[in-house]
Amino acid sequence: MSGSVVDMAAAQRGRGFAREPKPGGDMAEVHAELTGVKRVYPGADGGSVHALGPVDLKLARGEFYSVVGPSGCGKSTLLDVLAGLSAPTEGSILFEGREVAGRVPPGIGVVFQEDASFPWLTVQDNIAFGLRRAGTDAAEVDRRVSYAIGFMGLKDFRKAYPAQLSGGMRQRVCIARTLVMQPRLILLDEPFGALDAQTRLLMGDELLKLWRETGATVMLITHALDEAAMLSDRIGVMSARPGRLIADIRTEWPRERDSRIAAEESFGAITSRLWGLLRDETVKAAGMSGSSR
Amino acid sequence: MKRATWIRTLVVIGFVLLLEGLCRWGVIGRMTMIPPSEMADQLWKLLQSGRYNGHIFETLGNVAVAFVSAVVGGFVIGSILHSLPRARRAIDPFLATYYAIPFFAFYPLLVVIFGLNAAPIILIGFLFGVVAMIINTMNGLDRIPRVLIKTARVNGLGPLRTAWLIKLPSAAPQLFTGIKLAIAYSFIGVIAAEFIMSTSGLGYSIAYAFNNFDNRTMYALMLFIITLVTIVNAFFHVWERRIMARRGQ
Amino acid sequence: MRQFFDSLVFAAVLVAIWQGLHWFAGDIAIASPGVTAERAMVLLGSPSFWGHFRETFSALGYALAIAVLGGMTIGLVLGLHRLSGEVAEPILVSLYSLPKITLYPLILLIFGLGMSAKVAFGAIHGIIPVAIFTMGAVKTIAPVYFKTARVLQLSRRQLVATVVIPAAIPELVSGLRVGFSLTLLGVLIGEMFASQRGLGFLVMNAIGTLDVPTMMAVVLLLALVAVMISAGLLYLDRRLHHRVA
Ligand SMILES: Nc1ncnc2c1ncn2[C@@H]1O[C@H](COP(=O)(O)OP(=O)(O)O)[C@@H](O)[C@H]1O
Ligand SMILES: [Mg+2]
Repeated sequence: MSGSVVDMAAAQRGRGFAREPKPGGDMAEVHAELTGVKRVYPGADGGSVHALGPVDLKLARGEFYSVVGPSGCGKSTLLDVLAGLSAPTEGSILFEGREVAGRVPPGIGVVFQEDASFPWLTVQDNIAFGLRRAGTDAAEVDRRVSYAIGFMGLKDFRKAYPAQLSGGMRQRVCIARTLVMQPRLILLDEPFGALDAQTRLLMGDELLKLWRETGATVMLITHALDEAAMLSDRIGVMSARPGRLIADIRTEWPRERDSRIAAEESFGAITSRLWGLLRDETVKAAGMSGSSR
Repeated sequence: MKRATWIRTLVVIGFVLLLEGLCRWGVIGRMTMIPPSEMADQLWKLLQSGRYNGHIFETLGNVAVAFVSAVVGGFVIGSILHSLPRARRAIDPFLATYYAIPFFAFYPLLVVIFGLNAAPIILIGFLFGVVAMIINTMNGLDRIPRVLIKTARVNGLGPLRTAWLIKLPSAAPQLFTGIKLAIAYSFIGVIAAEFIMSTSGLGYSIAYAFNNFDNRTMYALMLFIITLVTIVNAFFHVWERRIMARRGQ
Repeated sequence: MRQFFDSLVFAAVLVAIWQGLHWFAGDIAIASPGVTAERAMVLLGSPSFWGHFRETFSALGYALAIAVLGGMTIGLVLGLHRLSGEVAEPILVSLYSLPKITLYPLILLIFGLGMSAKVAFGAIHGIIPVAIFTMGAVKTIAPVYFKTARVLQLSRRQLVATVVIPAAIPELVSGLRVGFSLTLLGVLIGEMFASQRGLGFLVMNAIGTLDVPTMMAVVLLLALVAVMISAGLLYLDRRLHHRVA
């Protein structure tokens, strides 16, 4: 990511992803709430897989929340359930005060772990996909797509197809496609999992910038402890499957921050605290891996 | 790729010239085969005289009907089976061994049922092509990444728009394979059926010329079919390439 | 187990449709499943049927041997040599979709009536799909295998015998399955016009004498044998693919 992206973002502030601030919104307002959420999958040969929960979780409007946990512990399941992509077996989910049931409510955007770019569409058509489906008028689509393309550093690739892009660039296309919809809650499932360590750091900075600019609530799922420690206001630690939230850690970072906070003393403290909590769970998960799929 | 195209053209030209030479020098007897140049010459005359236009259009019409119904029918049946896993598992062994059944043996039966008209011919072409389309449709639908379906739901698409905007383009590579097989099989089915038992069409005309020792007409018509099939294939090949090239495949 | 039961149900549905067609079209057009089965039993008890049966399946055997050996050789060469493969692939695909029945007169003019024409006709049907599948199988072998072979200083022959063929075997079996079906088709079509022996001839002969039950019984037996062989190959195919995947 070059400096020019930052400049441009600054220059375009107020015309980009940002929405009108809601009058009377206070910072502690609960944006999404999960109560007693459990998810059990039907397993092979008649059995069942208890993947998640019970989980209780409140996301405050505008906060940056991360979830860490050993692989296979139910993180993606948590995201699917919160987004309305799959129904919880038990419990209730509220988004902006309304029950999430069976369908994805408008206002939630999701960036998936896997590459979800459409190989048959160009970069700009990929990014415009959701807007066009929603019937946004053409001029507005153009404006938002151009802004997102600039912000994500995809200027030279507007007309390219995903096959011509690297994995990191494809993930940026998917992030841009989510952002142009101006979601109020952004869910990201290990979005940088496939990237190299340096690119991850830079993408993390971009994500922070986006978060500040849009004022959206962010829930980031990751298995990288340093990533969680660096980006979040608050971190939830999940147990081995069935995933439950076993700790809640506040970082107390200032809102204006970037990857350089890794040099701070408390960064090391947070990371090692996370590892202390997760080590046992990871051992459990690894030991169990023989029996799970 | 460019180089391969050149070499391929040269290979084909070389092969035709070789045949020409072998026929002219009598290595291949005139009773067996006439030189390609004479085939082309005769074909030109036949086409100009318009004597075979009726047969040609009839065959092309039959192929077109068989092809379109195989593609549409195969797509619809494939999609339905894909959404009914239990039925699909039950029918799978039948689909997998389907092409081992010698269809043309059924053709006389169909003639007995439908009479000596276009219906059994088209039906053979259809039966031959439809299963290739069914199998490839299911294959394509199987391979749609789950994350794309989730993306459709995040964007609030209903089942129909998901099918049209996500599933169809995502399954396109396998659908192309099905379409190409369906066109090949419709040609094979229709012309073979005409050849076996019919009173008109290109297959019939070749059989008729053969039985009447009219080698010139026979080879001219064979050349016509070979050229026609090659052109149709090349057309689909280019179309597929166009679409798939962007996707880096 | 449930799946096997479901398949049986589906087979029963097919037989029911057959019976329905029989009621609808009448005796002259379609023999009922019962009558057909009876006639099939009679045929199975008659030595002359077995003569025709042997004729067809020995022609199939020769044709298949030619198609498989020839097709695999062509496919191996084209798969290992990139440029040749690129040159040949569209030609092979074109030949595959050609109605080979139009070449029948040519085959007859070259081979005359009889066994060799049938074998030749079966072989030209089967050889191309086998070649296409083999070429595809060889081309999709992971490049790292070839690199490993080079590091191990394998000769060209060792490469083919110890790397290429084992790696490509699952695909080769798929190709064999398609090749088998088309070769059988070729042999039967051959017998339908220009032969006094074989199951294809029996079918045409029965049509000529308006003996619908015999015709259907022959087709049924033929289909059963073909499906059984194909199912065997399918089983092998699935097992091999399973092992790899
Ligand atoms: N659709 C499904 N059907 C059955 N089991 C599933 C399904 N999705 C996930 N699981 C199981 O649920 C558990 C949690 O999966 P997931 O939420 O993907 O974990 P994570 O994202 O933390 O790696 C795993 O054991 C997984 O095998
Ligand atoms: Mg996951």
